[in-house]
Amino acid sequence: MIPAPFDYKRASSAAEAISLIGEYGDESKFLAGGHSLLPLMKLRLAQPSMLIDIGRIQDLSYIRDAGDHIAIGALTRHMDVEKSPVLAEHAPLLAHAAGHVGDPQVRHRGTIGGSIAHADSASDLPATTLALGATYVAQGPNGTREIAAADFYKGFLESALAPDEMLTEIRVPKMNGASWGFQKFNRRAQDWAIVGVAAWKRGTESGVALVNMGSVPVLATSVATAIAGGASIADAAQLAAAEAEPQSDLNASAEYRVHLAQVLVRRALESNNA
Amino acid sequence: MKVTITVNGKTHESEVEPRTLLVQYVRDTLGLTGTNIGCDTSSCGACSLHLNGESVKSCTLLAAQADGGTVTTIEGLANGDVMHPMQKAFMDNHGLQCGFCTPGMVMAAIGLLNENPNPTEEQVRIGLEGNLCRCTGYHNNVKSVLACANEK
Repeated sequence: MIPAPFDYKRASSAAEAISLIGEYGDESKFLAGGHSLLPLMKLRLAQPSMLIDIGRIQDLSYIRDAGDHIAIGALTRHMDVEKSPVLAEHAPLLAHAAGHVGDPQVRHRGTIGGSIAHADSASDLPATTLALGATYVAQGPNGTREIAAADFYKGFLESALAPDEMLTEIRVPKMNGASWGFQKFNRRAQDWAIVGVAAWKRGTESGVALVNMGSVPVLATSVATAIAGGASIADAAQLAAAEAEPQSDLNASAEYRVHLAQVLVRRALESNNA
Repeated sequence: MKVTITVNGKTHESEVEPRTLLVQYVRDTLGLTGTNIGCDTSSCGACSLHLNGESVKSCTLLAAQADGGTVTTIEGLANGDVMHPMQKAFMDNHGLQCGFCTPGMVMAAIGLLNENPNPTEEQVRIGLEGNLCRCTGYHNNVKSVLACANEK
């Protein structure tokens, strides 16, 4: 399969990319690693007439300790997130989850910003950064703004990014020794999660988010509220799907997804990773 | 558009459509048909090759994205009649059955050892998660990679 014809331009900076997308408008798309966009284009589910390749903007690939949080450039590849010593120390849940995206070949090309901007509820990193209370930075023609992960996901493959905005940075609060767990239930190692869970816990504080439990990644706030109120992990996990509207598909019925979410949330919160 | 890509040590300047996939470029433009197209959806890994020293799935990359880069395909491994150690390990350990996944499997396996020269069996199995063998010949794929690692 070959994508429908399009024109191609390469941006060498975020400012140039934003100026180009302003010029070409709705019919243009940013191309980062291409591992979400190109498959859609091959299936004709996306047919942009202009691709703006942002994949070579070197200064948007970084992982930095920024005091209370870790700042990650949007074009940082999954492989670099997975192997980052800074993230291993301060946000090990994110590094671990990045190591479960696709397979090594995919992780050599796919980027954290691309995955989040694509806003697929079945992807691992939107839910993981949501669980961690991340903030995303978007740059547009009039400067930058911060968007809380909890306000970012608007619908199926739909985000709060304006058409002329580009995601430039992901800010992940330091986990400060919280225990964490990542559960991904799938049939083959490289598959999307049928249901996935990213969770952390520090005393009665916790954050839990669900992968593939509806059209957007889901923050399981009822679980965190129950734990804050002193509920056991087993009891809190029963509330895993309270905020979710899971779909039925070839892999699982909605009812089965609810069951999986409850079991996987319990396992993720019981994990002793720290 | 014009792309300049060094493939197996030789630099090529070619005129391609922007939508040309890297796998089409090596197969159709350069005639290097050792790299196979399997699922064409970045699942099976048959199209794996190396771009700038790392394994990638060439069905999900544009030739434009490889512009200025260095590519190694299965054809670029052997030194004349002398096989690459990974090719020899696959031959010695019956690491292939029908052979369709083999070029991608070998390229992924070399990439794996570049990043982790002494993997455990489990690390090899996880490291090859991006490559499917429709003959289900995984045991001997893994055996081949471990044999190659042990020889170094």
